[in-house]
Amino acid sequence: MANTSTLGPIAPAMTRPTGTAFPALLKDAALFALVTLGLSIPVVAYRTDLGQGTGLELTARWGLVASLCLAVFVLRLAQRLILGEVSRRRDARIRARADASAVAAPKALRPGRALGSLTLAVALTLPALAALGSGGLSEGRYWIDLGILILTYVMLGWGLNIVVGLAGLLDLGYVAFYAVGAYSYALLSTVFGLSFWICLPLAGLFAAAFGILLGFPVLRLRGDYLAIVTLAFGEIIRLVLINWVDFSGGSAGISSIPRASFFGIPFTKGEGGFADLFGLSFSPMHRVIFLYYLILVLALITNVVTLRMRRLPLGRAWEALREDEIACRSLGIDTTITKLTAFALGAMFAGFAGSFFAVRQGFVSPESFNFLESAIILAIVVLGGMGSQIGVVIAAIVMVGAPELLRNLGFLKAVFGQGFDPSEYRLLLFGLAMVAMMVWRPRGLISERHPSVRLSEAKR
Amino acid sequence: MEFFAQQFINGLTLGSIYGLIALGYTMVFGIIGMVNFAHGDVFMLSSFIALIFFLILTSWLGLTSVALVFLIVLVVAMLLTALWGWAIERVAYRALRGSFRLAPLISAIGVSIFLSNFVQVVQGARNKPLPPLVRDVIVLYQNEQYTVTLSYKQANIMATTAALLAGFWYLVQRTPFGRAQRACEQDRRMAALLGINVDRTISLTFVLGAALAAVAGLLYLLYYGVVSFSDGFVPGVKAFTAAVLGGIGSLPGAVLGGLIIGLIETFWSAYFSIEYKDVAAFLILIVVLIFKPSGILGRPEVEKV
Repeated sequence: MANTSTLGPIAPAMTRPTGTAFPALLKDAALFALVTLGLSIPVVAYRTDLGQGTGLELTARWGLVASLCLAVFVLRLAQRLILGEVSRRRDARIRARADASAVAAPKALRPGRALGSLTLAVALTLPALAALGSGGLSEGRYWIDLGILILTYVMLGWGLNIVVGLAGLLDLGYVAFYAVGAYSYALLSTVFGLSFWICLPLAGLFAAAFGILLGFPVLRLRGDYLAIVTLAFGEIIRLVLINWVDFSGGSAGISSIPRASFFGIPFTKGEGGFADLFGLSFSPMHRVIFLYYLILVLALITNVVTLRMRRLPLGRAWEALREDEIACRSLGIDTTITKLTAFALGAMFAGFAGSFFAVRQGFVSPESFNFLESAIILAIVVLGGMGSQIGVVIAAIVMVGAPELLRNLGFLKAVFGQGFDPSEYRLLLFGLAMVAMMVWRPRGLISERHPSVRLSEAKR
Repeated sequence: MEFFAQQFINGLTLGSIYGLIALGYTMVFGIIGMVNFAHGDVFMLSSFIALIFFLILTSWLGLTSVALVFLIVLVVAMLLTALWGWAIERVAYRALRGSFRLAPLISAIGVSIFLSNFVQVVQGARNKPLPPLVRDVIVLYQNEQYTVTLSYKQANIMATTAALLAGFWYLVQRTPFGRAQRACEQDRRMAALLGINVDRTISLTFVLGAALAAVAGLLYLLYYGVVSFSDGFVPGVKAFTAAVLGGIGSLPGAVLGGLIIGLIETFWSAYFSIEYKDVAAFLILIVVLIFKPSGILGRPEVEKV
């Protein structure tokens, strides 16, 4: 397990925050500020801009550097004071527990279930809530669109969770399968005129086939090599999509992809449309709500399949593999097949999500499938606590929903000036959050990764 | 033939830069068995540091001697990038020793995302051009249709790379620090028992790797004359490919791999298609990892329980 008093204090003598004198803390924080000063020269202190002439012009920003150093100083001091207190209390608690050694470990709390039901209820009623909250269906469109976006990431996160969280295979090219799904639908529908409902399973199959194709040779590799190979594979797919113009339309992408229909009934105005058949007055919101429930159902299918798989021998093999590959092999588990199924299943769900993405946008281009997208999905899985289903939902809401909301908050602009755009800092914070997560809570925000099957349950 | 010779020179230049970055990957992998995913972004950051110091020295302080400017920028960029390397190891990796297998890699991906977006936020998203300092070329061979040239820039890149590699080789093979480092590579626990400060050695390894990346960043900036916040990723992956191809953990292997990758990329662009040059590098990576994960000069890996 990771050391809890992390963020590396400078001097080794200070590794124990408990009972450190205040001047020492001040010195430590000052050292941190000093390092920050060193790091900010020159990338923060001088900004390069294209001037009127040919060359770049420098602008000094020492005020920014000073406030940055001050912020680091204060934060570090606060961290040491608060964490020092926390760890002192925990140490005391552990000691007390050790004294009363007969006391059994407290029963693990399961906050996940209640939280899960609540989230599901909100998700199911979101269109109604949005309509009530903003006074009309069309006015609530923003919220439903945001819901669709979050659910897409939830579905991708759940799909990747099978690969990373359950089977312990780090896949940095997950977005490649998402791309395969999106382009499958885009091409099948524009070239062959197939409907969404035929393309959806096909897209999943194609993506799974790609997963097997990639997985077969590379799954023998050890963890970080596998990660790099999947990264390379993802980049190759993107580069091929950009450069093979005859096939994929190059970087211009494929546009005017047919819209989704209500199981064959188009969402159009007039005769034979959805509104006409069901005796409703036409509203463009019907399609949006339909898309919302479509992605909700797709995501829930992913979730149910994952939860069921975890209880099957195969799912248990995944989890065993994650914990110890050598032990698995010694026990006669076919690691290649086990990994391959996880890989293919994860890829299949990415394929479904991809074809949903294509039908929702009506447009696909290679730029939607770059490495950053993979990294965001991975960040969602990691921050959710690898293997935790509800954690993925929370992480997706925090990481995808929160920046969207921040963008529209006026008072932030008032505080930080007009040019302030919180979404600019989104990825920066993603990166920091990933590091912080690994350092402090490597098992995730909600550390609810119990083994799916316990020996004691089997005995009962 | 002349065309080939010219491409060969270009490839060696590019390969020197890759080799310098690859050394950082291979050393860190050798000592703690982790893929330092953020190394490419450290390289990009060092390019920015070099760019800013170039501007300060030439346009603010008005220095005209190119050699002096180059040397000052080289030293300053190495120092500041080394500080970044040290801080990153300290904050993001040290706490993770003994954590689960993938934790350092995930943390490194976080650092990589952070660094590229940090540079984007503080320096803006646009490409930053640097006016060329030297344009002179040495004509190596000339006939009616074709001239084979070696530009001063290219000569400088190769000379700097060679000089630094020699110094670096001396450091690793002949000094107490190098001995400590090789000992940690072989067996960290045993090294600690014999009185080697393992944490410090690992820190210094990151510092050295970052300093070499800074050299590569400076040379890259000189060679291409432009840098942007997203320039760390692809050279980083290519340098990693070089490290794997040469045999990860092996220092001469990293340089050899860098040169091979540089040559392959240049010839591929020259004779086949420039659009697919990155695909070529990625394919080499996949093929090497699948068929010969120990690389050209590496030792085969033994899986330990």
